[in-house]
Amino acid sequence: MNLRAVNAIYTFEMARTGRTLMQSIVSPVLSTSLYFVVFGAAIGSRITEIEGVSYGSFIVPGLIMMMLLTQSVANASFGIYFPRFTGTIYELLSAPVSFYEIVLGYVGAAATKSIVLGLIILATSGLFVPLQIAHPAWMLAFLVLTAVTFSLLGFIIGIWADGFEKLQIVPLLVITPLTFLGGSFYSISVLPPLWQTVTLFNPVVYLISGFRWAFFEIADVSVAVSLGMTMLFLVTCLATVWWIFRTGYRLKN
Amino acid sequence: MSSIISVRDLSKTYASGFQALKSIDLDIRRGEIFALLGPNGAGKTTLISIVCGIVNPSEGAVMVDGHDIVTDYRAARAMIGLVPQELTTDAFETVWATVSFSRGLFGKKKNPAHIAKVLKDLSLLDKKDDMIRTLSGGMKRRVLIAKALSHEPRILFLDEPTAGVDVELRKDMWDIVRSLRASGVTIILTTHYIEEAEEMADRIGIINNGEIILVEDKAELMRKLGQKQLKLELKKKLDAVPGELAAHRLTLNGDGSELIYTYDTQGERTGITALLDDLNRTGIGFRDLHTTQSSLEDIFVGLVRQGK
Repeated sequence: MNLRAVNAIYTFEMARTGRTLMQSIVSPVLSTSLYFVVFGAAIGSRITEIEGVSYGSFIVPGLIMMMLLTQSVANASFGIYFPRFTGTIYELLSAPVSFYEIVLGYVGAAATKSIVLGLIILATSGLFVPLQIAHPAWMLAFLVLTAVTFSLLGFIIGIWADGFEKLQIVPLLVITPLTFLGGSFYSISVLPPLWQTVTLFNPVVYLISGFRWAFFEIADVSVAVSLGMTMLFLVTCLATVWWIFRTGYRLKN
Repeated sequence: MSSIISVRDLSKTYASGFQALKSIDLDIRRGEIFALLGPNGAGKTTLISIVCGIVNPSEGAVMVDGHDIVTDYRAARAMIGLVPQELTTDAFETVWATVSFSRGLFGKKKNPAHIAKVLKDLSLLDKKDDMIRTLSGGMKRRVLIAKALSHEPRILFLDEPTAGVDVELRKDMWDIVRSLRASGVTIILTTHYIEEAEEMADRIGIINNGEIILVEDKAELMRKLGQKQLKLELKKKLDAVPGELAAHRLTLNGDGSELIYTYDTQGERTGITALLDDLNRTGIGFRDLHTTQSSLEDIFVGLVRQGK
């Protein structure tokens, strides 16, 4: 294994975050704070507790998840799309690195970024609402798993996209709606039965449910199912990436 | 002599249906400078891209120092440095960071002294902390060369290295190429500037329409295909080549002041003596005479035309 290459890619990508600190860290933290002000303080004060948790606290896991998903996808897709756009990808393709080393470097850096961001948002939310974390280890596990999975998804999007427009389409038209409809701001038990069933086809439901369970021990679906679905999504992304590098899709032809 | 790169039966058809390479066989010798010449779209870059791992071949095999480029790609690619044709550089990184990144990517241990040496040879050392996007085109080209040399390759590909490059960089580059060759590095370059191939290369390959038309020692090629011309500057202008001299197949230049005799240096007899005898007999006087030899460019243009 070419660890030096993994390290080179990882360091390179992390340096990019350092240069774009405003965009990478400050703006997601600011927008999350705005959600707290609007949903937590302004509207939340009119909403009674959900399953024994105050509304302001209830939305914390959902908000972190939302940022985690959008940031993982955005970071990872841009990280691999930009070298394709500028043409510097030639070097990556001609280097003695295997696909999993490339993925480890890019996805590792994107996931690291999201995890750090998630923890910062968690700390920020602690300033607005009282927080309790019932299972810190599980909370971290869901955080890491989700960050890795959606960074992989972002990596795939970055390879599939052939323009900046396509790079934006998936986060805007797919990730954001699925997150909003996946129970970031409500428990799916408040929905009519038909919509509850429909919602179960939304993969984000399982992520948020599992993550929220780690905080408050309340969940829309069982934790085992959440974990299973997250793993399934992870494996699907890994298989897609493997296929991309095996066939050279959008990279070598 | 052992070959360091051997290409066998290599074909490439792009998804668009365009056949860029048609069953190519090519051997590059260890330690030589090999120039690949060909018109635009002949397949030069495709060939290089396949050897370097950027493009997947459709058929055929390539061995780099005994390592198959597909099954043993790590060993094969670790030996190769590539300077691409396009100025594809990062934008926001510093020169030092991007060159160090290349070394890491190729799995080499950090070696600031080597990076500093490469930058110094390319007159980039004083720009090492500059952001790449602030550099001029020529400087970016130097950065690309530095990246390729950062991991101490044994084989260096230069794809159109001097396209749009100033005289100074061209000189620096050829100095580097010569010193690399002296240290045993094999160099494969493609170029439009035939004088460069003529000056630098040990062997020359000509590719056209995805086929290798010819591979030859440069000296041999020049000797074999080179034609010489004898030009006679006349004392009095002529309207036409005199009938008595028809056997020599002479031509007259535009204003009738020069008679031109073309002969093959390979021929057993050049025919010059007979020509001069005949000139004497017809009483055509000449003021001066000189010979010219066809350049590689003439040979190249001739071959490519023939192929069409």
